[in-house]
Amino acid sequence: MTDADLMDTVMTTFFSVAPDLEGEPVEPEETFRKQFEIDSMDFLNFIIGLSKTTGLEIPEKDYPSLQTPNGAVAYLRARWDKAV
Amino acid sequence: MPEQLDQRRPNLGDYEDVCRKFSWERAAKALAGLPGGGLNIAFEATDRHVVEGRGDRIALRWIAQDKATREFRYRDLATGSARFCNALDKLGIDPGDRVFTLLGRVPALYIAALGVWKRGAVLSPLFSAFGPEPIKARMTIAEPKALVTTHRLFERKVKPILGELPFLKTVILVGGGEGGEDLDELLADAPDTCDIAATRPDDLAILHFTSGTTGRPKGAMHVHGAAVAHRATAEFALDLKADDVFWCTADPGWVTGTSYGIIAPLLIGCTMISDEEEFDAGRWYENLEREKVTVWYTAPTAIRMLMKAGSELPKRYDLSRLRLIASVGEPLNPQAVVWGREVLDRPIHDNWWQTETGGIMVSNYRSMPIRPGSMGRPVPGIEAGVVHREEDGSVTEIGTADEEGELALRPGWPSMFRGYLHEEERYRKTFAGGWYLSGDIVKRDADGYFWFVGRADDVIKSAGHLIGPFEVESVLIEHPAVAEAGVIGTPDPVVMEVVKAFVGLNRGFEPTEELRKEILAHARKRLGPAVAPREIDFRDSLPKTRSGKIMRRLLKARELGLPEGDISTLESEK
Repeated sequence: MTDADLMDTVMTTFFSVAPDLEGEPVEPEETFRKQFEIDSMDFLNFIIGLSKTTGLEIPEKDYPSLQTPNGAVAYLRARWDKAV
Repeated sequence: MPEQLDQRRPNLGDYEDVCRKFSWERAAKALAGLPGGGLNIAFEATDRHVVEGRGDRIALRWIAQDKATREFRYRDLATGSARFCNALDKLGIDPGDRVFTLLGRVPALYIAALGVWKRGAVLSPLFSAFGPEPIKARMTIAEPKALVTTHRLFERKVKPILGELPFLKTVILVGGGEGGEDLDELLADAPDTCDIAATRPDDLAILHFTSGTTGRPKGAMHVHGAAVAHRATAEFALDLKADDVFWCTADPGWVTGTSYGIIAPLLIGCTMISDEEEFDAGRWYENLEREKVTVWYTAPTAIRMLMKAGSELPKRYDLSRLRLIASVGEPLNPQAVVWGREVLDRPIHDNWWQTETGGIMVSNYRSMPIRPGSMGRPVPGIEAGVVHREEDGSVTEIGTADEEGELALRPGWPSMFRGYLHEEERYRKTFAGGWYLSGDIVKRDADGYFWFVGRADDVIKSAGHLIGPFEVESVLIEHPAVAEAGVIGTPDPVVMEVVKAFVGLNRGFEPTEELRKEILAHARKRLGPAVAPREIDFRDSLPKTRSGKIMRRLLKARELGLPEGDISTLESEK
């Protein structure tokens, strides 16, 4: 999986939680919450979705690492590398 | 010295004794009143402290997203709000006019709210996570002349509906930008003293919108005299004192964010904390430690998210200053109360009230043992009962302990709502047999503690907020594919209920994943994430009564696998 693939997974998952935002420009370094004005419940559903898509269990304490698109990609990459 | 703080006497000592001696007339004496006569919340909250020599105390310590803090003394809030009042005057906003805010937790919120009251105008705060539809619905009822918001929120949520808001004369933008007046410029140009409107205790001050099962949202009207109850209830239920550092985490768009996020702490003269950022477990513990918070008023959803973040995290922070933790929004589960005791070393005091009551009505107190899962006992000055509504519209009070019925209150407390704006009939319907009927089903135990059981109607309780299913259904059926929609709350361990929609499609539409996403997008765009459904299920048809009303109760029973109850009014489901 390249970083581009991972970004695709991250954003597809995000837009399935918040399909109203699909097509909006994505700022990879900005938090989901700030750039899309989502609430905590959306963010939680995004993480649950990511967990389902990737098969990774994502513990609560890791949530802060997933707040930006780039952060989420880096997180998945790190977990991925560890698993391999 | 946290130990000393802990040992200080609670404001409410012996419950029975205080209840016996309490009167609202006497409680009203805690307010100063306007020098020339009358009562104005903003004077009590700011200028009074300046006049009495407390102008240099810190009223607000605001935490920006980047964690930089800004302090506002009581003197600063007094002059800032006077400037805002003068600016409103110059813009042609008169006493009695409605001014809406659509803001997160930013300093301008406090200046604007207080300035609106000084002008004698009526404040109506909106939740910034609302989409254009809920904003339009509320504005159409109240017809505000002015809106205070940010350029970003204006562009996304108001501009698309601006043509439908002909009454809106002025938009004031925090941080400036195209489409409205620049708040900073308005303030800079305005004198820093003003003539505070000589409002009477019964004059309208605040309009808070809430949701019912059917029809449009309801604008509950509150008056300046409510301040008597804001102050007294904060002293009793939150044990709030002038030297406290108080953090109310509620969003400013909901009643808690105004009654206890702005008014009560300023009346008492303590320091309040306001964090621009939304929930984050680590950040919140850090705030409690850095700001030396002594009284913390939060919500079950937040507490349950803190619980999920683990018991290790809070151990890294010094929370020794905390004297009291209180919670409101929905019943706090017993596990959360116990968790508070074990992990935070303090019990969490649940309390109960609603938009219509304006202030805390039933509460657990620092001086009383907590029964985990119970909302506590009525605040002094409040008579609460458990009643049955009879078919003929009358009510009978339930005398026996532990029997379920509707929580009812004897009208007359100062922060009671004075009506739903332009909805006299709906207002009248909330009273029967000399009681205000809350719509919440409860039990009272033999010792007088109240226990929440559920809602009497179909209103959904999610993350502490009421969501009217009708408002959601109305938007869903505007989608061309949707023939009918039924919306219910499904249980959720964190937010209590999640909004779920069942949708029947028009002929020619297939229930595909694509369409589900499209309808979800439509609902979120119009309603905003806080109100829109999180889940949509397709159904061939929805259960209806013979008169064609969708039976949400039955949808819910089926969804949860519960007994279907009385289905005698059920029409065939074809």
